[in-house]
Order: sequence, then C-alpha cells, then structure tokens
Amino acid sequence: MDLSAYLILAAIVFTIGVAGIILNHKNIIIILMSVELILLAVNINLVAFSTFSGDLTGQAFALFILTVAAAEAAIGLAILVAYFRNRGSIAVEDINSLKG
Amino acid sequence: MAEAVFFWIFSTILVGSAVAVIFARNPVHSVLFLILAFVSAAGLFLILGAEFLAMILVVVYVGAVAVLFLFIVMLLDVDFARMKEGFVTYLPQGLLIAFVFGAELVYVVSGWAVSPHAAGAATPSGTLSNTAALGEVLYTRYVYFFQAAGFILLTAMIGAIVITLHHKVGVKRQDIGAQNARTPETAIELRKVPSRVGI
Repeated sequence: MDLSAYLILAAIVFTIGVAGIILNHKNIIIILMSVELILLAVNINLVAFSTFSGDLTGQAFALFILTVAAAEAAIGLAILVAYFRNRGSIAVEDINSLKG
Repeated sequence: MAEAVFFWIFSTILVGSAVAVIFARNPVHSVLFLILAFVSAAGLFLILGAEFLAMILVVVYVGAVAVLFLFIVMLLDVDFARMKEGFVTYLPQGLLIAFVFGAELVYVVSGWAVSPHAAGAATPSGTLSNTAALGEVLYTRYVYFFQAAGFILLTAMIGAIVITLHHKVGVKRQDIGAQNARTPETAIELRKVPSRVGI
C-alpha cells in the first residue's frame, strides 16, 4: 500500500472523531473517546510518514503523543469522577457553574 | 499482496469500529469498539513496520486507557438515555460538517508522495530491530523530549491522585509525625501513688 492509502484512512478516522464530538455533544465520556480516536488518527499519520520516508522521527513523536493521550485520559476521567461526586451529574449542559 | 489484503482488513475494521464508537447506544459498547479500533490500528502499525509502537498501543491504550474508560462508565451511575437526546436533531448538521471536513482532508492527502531525495535523517544505520533503532533515536536525539514526557506522566499521575483523593472528616487516622515526635518524657507520666488513696 502506498502512503496515500494510510493518509486517507487517517483522515477518515479523524473525521469520524470530529463527527463523534458533534453528535454526542451531551455525553462527555463519548467526547473523550472521540478525542482518543482523533489522536489515533494523528498517530497513524505520523507512523505512515515515518515508514515511507525512512525516518524514525515520526515514530518517536507518535510515542510522545501516546504519552500525552494517556495523561489526558487520566486527568479527564479524574475530573469527571470528582465532578460526579460533587454534583451528581456529568451531563455537559449541566456543567455551567463557571458561567457566573 | 498479503500486505494489501491485511491493510484492507485492518482498515475496514478500524473505520467500522470507529463509527460504532460514536453511534453505539450503550457507552460500554462504545468502549469495547474503541478497544477493537486500537487493536486494528496496532495491526496497521505492524504492517508499517513499527512493531514497538504497535505493542505499546496494545499495552497502553487497550490495557490502560480503555480499561480506565470502562471503569469510569461502569463506576458512574449516569442516565445515558438522557444524554442521547439531541442526537437525531444534530445528525444532519454533524454529518454535513463531517462530510465536508473529511472530503477536504481526503482531497488534500490523496495525491501525496514522499520525494525520493527526502532521506531519513534520524534513523540509525545497520541491521537494528525497530525497537532498538527507536531507542537509539529516543535516548540520543530526543532525550529532552523523553524526559519531558516522563514529567508529563508524573504530573498527570499526581494530578489525578490529588483530584480524586478526598479525606472524610471524623475518621481517626494514623499521624506518623505525631508518633515520631513522642519521647519518653511526653509519653510516660510517673506518679507517686499514695497508699490506699489511688490517683
């Protein structure tokens, strides 16, 4: 397979992630999962470029993106648990106490 | 030939499970489809020759992140049916935006090719395995990035613990500082007890 096939695949997965954020705009857990899909698409792009250009930099940066994605999931879910414990709801439209 | 067959198998499973993640009614099913998407992405990485990243994807994403999601979905008692409201009303707009966005991206990337003169700069020569070659790059050229990634993980770990930790009031706890500060003078009180009087 050539590079374009991987890039198109990554573009499709990225688009599905963006559509997931729009469609599930009330469920923050699905939104976080869509963000993970978007980061996965970015990783596919980086690894494909790394292989087809013979440069390992892409794989190194895919590793860093993996790190950041894991940290983001951990922090996001921790905030979710703390918020649910305090307010009893994690519906996105209820999260407006910073609006003033 | 076999490479193309496996590419189509894995990419079909990846796209299908990614669609299922955002359309599933039950969030538990969403998480399970997310795991399937990660595993098929790991297969794609194997085809691309990035064996270390494929294994890391399975270990970190499937083993840690997806299980964390599953844990949270099952832990929180949330009315997920209420959250599905508005899904159908936003379906046309969402699909339109996704279609335009995806069409633009596919149009941009479909004619891409790497110049033959763009030689790899950061790849160690020799017959190293993918993991060893990645280590050679990671621990030399990108060592500061590697350290920064470690700090990010440390910060995330401490932050998650601090956010979710809460102390109940009214529970007796061990106070190690107070224990260690005790001396015989403060802990033991010697009294002369008079006979037949008591204290």
